[in-house]
Amino acid sequence: MTGNFKRISDFWTDFSANKIALISLLIFFAIVFVAVFAPIVSPTNPYDLSSVDIMDSRLPPGSTNYSGQIFLLGTDGAGRDMLSSIFYGLRVSLGVGALSGVIALTIGSFFGVSAAFFRGKYETIVMRIVDIQLSFPSILVALIIIAAFGKGIEKTMIALILVQWAYYARTARASALVEMNKEYIDAARCLAFGNTRIMFKHILPNCLAPLIVVGTLQTAHAISLEATLSFLGLGLPVTEPSLGLLIGNGFEYMYSGDFWISIFPGVALLITVGSINLVGDHLRDMFNPRLH
Amino acid sequence: MTSYIFKRSLQSLLVLVIMSLIVFSGVNLVGDPVDMLVNPEADQMEIERVIKDLGLDKPITEQYWYFVTNAFQGDLGRSFIFGEPALKLIVQRMPATIELALFSLFIAIIFGIPLGMYAGLKPNTRVSRTIMASSILGFSMPTFWVGILLIMFFAVYLGWLPSTGRGELGSFMGVQSSLFTLDGLSHVFLPAFNLALFKMSSIIRLTRAGTREIILQDYITFARSKGISETRVVMVHVLRNILIPIVTVIGLEFGSLIAFSTVTETVFAWPGMGKLIIDSIYNLDRPVIVAYLLIIVTFFVFLNLFVDILYSILDPRVRVKETRE
Repeated sequence: MTGNFKRISDFWTDFSANKIALISLLIFFAIVFVAVFAPIVSPTNPYDLSSVDIMDSRLPPGSTNYSGQIFLLGTDGAGRDMLSSIFYGLRVSLGVGALSGVIALTIGSFFGVSAAFFRGKYETIVMRIVDIQLSFPSILVALIIIAAFGKGIEKTMIALILVQWAYYARTARASALVEMNKEYIDAARCLAFGNTRIMFKHILPNCLAPLIVVGTLQTAHAISLEATLSFLGLGLPVTEPSLGLLIGNGFEYMYSGDFWISIFPGVALLITVGSINLVGDHLRDMFNPRLH
Repeated sequence: MTSYIFKRSLQSLLVLVIMSLIVFSGVNLVGDPVDMLVNPEADQMEIERVIKDLGLDKPITEQYWYFVTNAFQGDLGRSFIFGEPALKLIVQRMPATIELALFSLFIAIIFGIPLGMYAGLKPNTRVSRTIMASSILGFSMPTFWVGILLIMFFAVYLGWLPSTGRGELGSFMGVQSSLFTLDGLSHVFLPAFNLALFKMSSIIRLTRAGTREIILQDYITFARSKGISETRVVMVHVLRNILIPIVTVIGLEFGSLIAFSTVTETVFAWPGMGKLIIDSIYNLDRPVIVAYLLIIVTFFVFLNLFVDILYSILDPRVRVKETRE
C-alpha cells in the first residue's frame, strides 16, 4: 500500500512540475464542478419558462432588467441568461463526452487486450478493422452514421463511440503486447488462471497509463465533435442544448453585432477542450520514455 | 511489391462492399425505403413508377444488386429538392470543395513544416514554446467556432474580406476556379485559413516530433562530424527523413480536409459538396445523401490505397512486413 502511495505521490510531483498542466487540471476540475452542480450554481434555470422573459432578449453582457436581475454574459434571443445556459450546456457536453468516452474505452480495451492475448487470425481481423476505421476522419464517420440512420441522441452517441473505440483498441493492444512478454503473465499461467482473469485482472491494469492519455485526448475530441454536430443541427436535439447548439443559435445574431450569444459558449467550449488537451499532452510527455 | 498492391487493393474492394452495405441497409432496412427514396409529394402513379424503377418490389438481395449496378452506371437517383440527378449535383459542386481543400492544404504546409522544424530543432526557446502552445490551441478550437470568430473579426468588424460565397470565377487552362481572380481569392482566403488551422497544428506537431527523434540519430551526428554545414544537415538529412511520415499524413489530411470542409462550407456558405450534404440531411433529400456517401467513401478508399502504395515505395520495410503477414 505504501508502495502505491509513493508511486502516486511521485507521479504527482512529476505532474505538477509543469505549471501549465497543473493550472489546466484545476480549471478542468472547476468546469466539472460547475457542470455537475449547474442547477445550484446557475443564477437562473434557463429552461424554466416561468423565469424567462422575452422582454429580456438580446441584452448585452452586464445589463440589468427592470426587476434588477443582472445578466453577466448577456441574454440570448429568447431572453435566457447566457451564463446559466452555458452552465447547463457544459453539463450536456461533458456528460455526452464522458459517457461516450467510457463506453468506447471499455469496448476498445476489450478488443485491444484480447487481440494481443489471443494473437493469430483474430488479432489480424480486429486490427485491420481498426486501421480501416482510423483511415476515415471522425467527422466523416459521424456524418455517415447520421446521414444513413437519421438524427437523434442515440445516433450521436453511437457516432461518438465509433470514432473513439479504435484509438483505445490500438493503444490497448500495443501496451498489452509488451505486458504479454513479462514474467508475471507466465506466473499467472502457471497458477492455471483463466484467460479472462489474466486478460482483465493482470494485463489490463498495467495498460492503463497509455489508455488514460489517449482517453483524455479522445474525450476532448469527442466533446468538440459533438459540439460541431450540434452546431450543424445534426447532433443533440434542441431539448438537450449543448454548447455547440448554443453557438449555433448565436450564429444568426452575429451579423447584427450581438456577438456574446455565440462567443461566450465558444469560449466555454475552448476552455474545456483546451484544458483537457493540455493535461493529456503533458501526461503523454510524462509517459513517453523516449523523451527522458 | 505486386503482391502487396494486389492484397491492398483487395482490401479496399472489401471496404467498399461493406460501406455500400451499410449505406444500403441504412436506407432500406431502418426506415421504409419508399418513404426515403420517393419524393414525399409524389402521387400514387409516381410512387409505383419509382418502386418499379428501384426494384423495391423484389427480394432484398436482388434489391442490393439493383442498387450496386445502378450505382456503377452512375444512376444514384434524382434529388427531391432540385429535381436533377444526384450525381450531377455533387459533381457540379466538387470543384469548389477541392479548390478550398487544396488552398488550405497549401496554407497548412507552408506554415506547418517550417514552424514544426524550428520547434523541433530548438525545443527550449520561447518561440518554440509559443509555437507548440498555439498548436494545442489550434487543436482545441473547434473549426466552426474559429470560423465564426474569423467572420466576426475580418468580415463584420473590419469589413476587409467577404464571408459568404465563392466570388468571381476565373478560367485558366479550361479549369474554372476562384483561385484565378482577385475577388475569388478574397472569398477563398477566410474559409481556407479556417480549414487549414487544424491541419497546420497537426503538421507542426508531427514535424516537431519527427525532427526531435531524427536529430538524435547517429547519422546526424556523423553528418555534423563530417563538417557539413548546419543548413545542409537540416535541409537534406533531417527534412528528407521526416518527410516520409509527413507525406502519408498530408495525403490522408487532404481527405480529412474534404470531410471537414462540410463544417467550414456551412459556416461560410461556400457552395461546395460539403454544404450540399448538410443541406440534404436537413431536407431529407435522400438520393443526394446516398450519392454523397458513396462518392466520398469511394474517394477515401482510393486515397488510402494510393497513400499506402506510395508509402510502401518510400519505405521498403512496410511492404516486406505486410507481405510476410
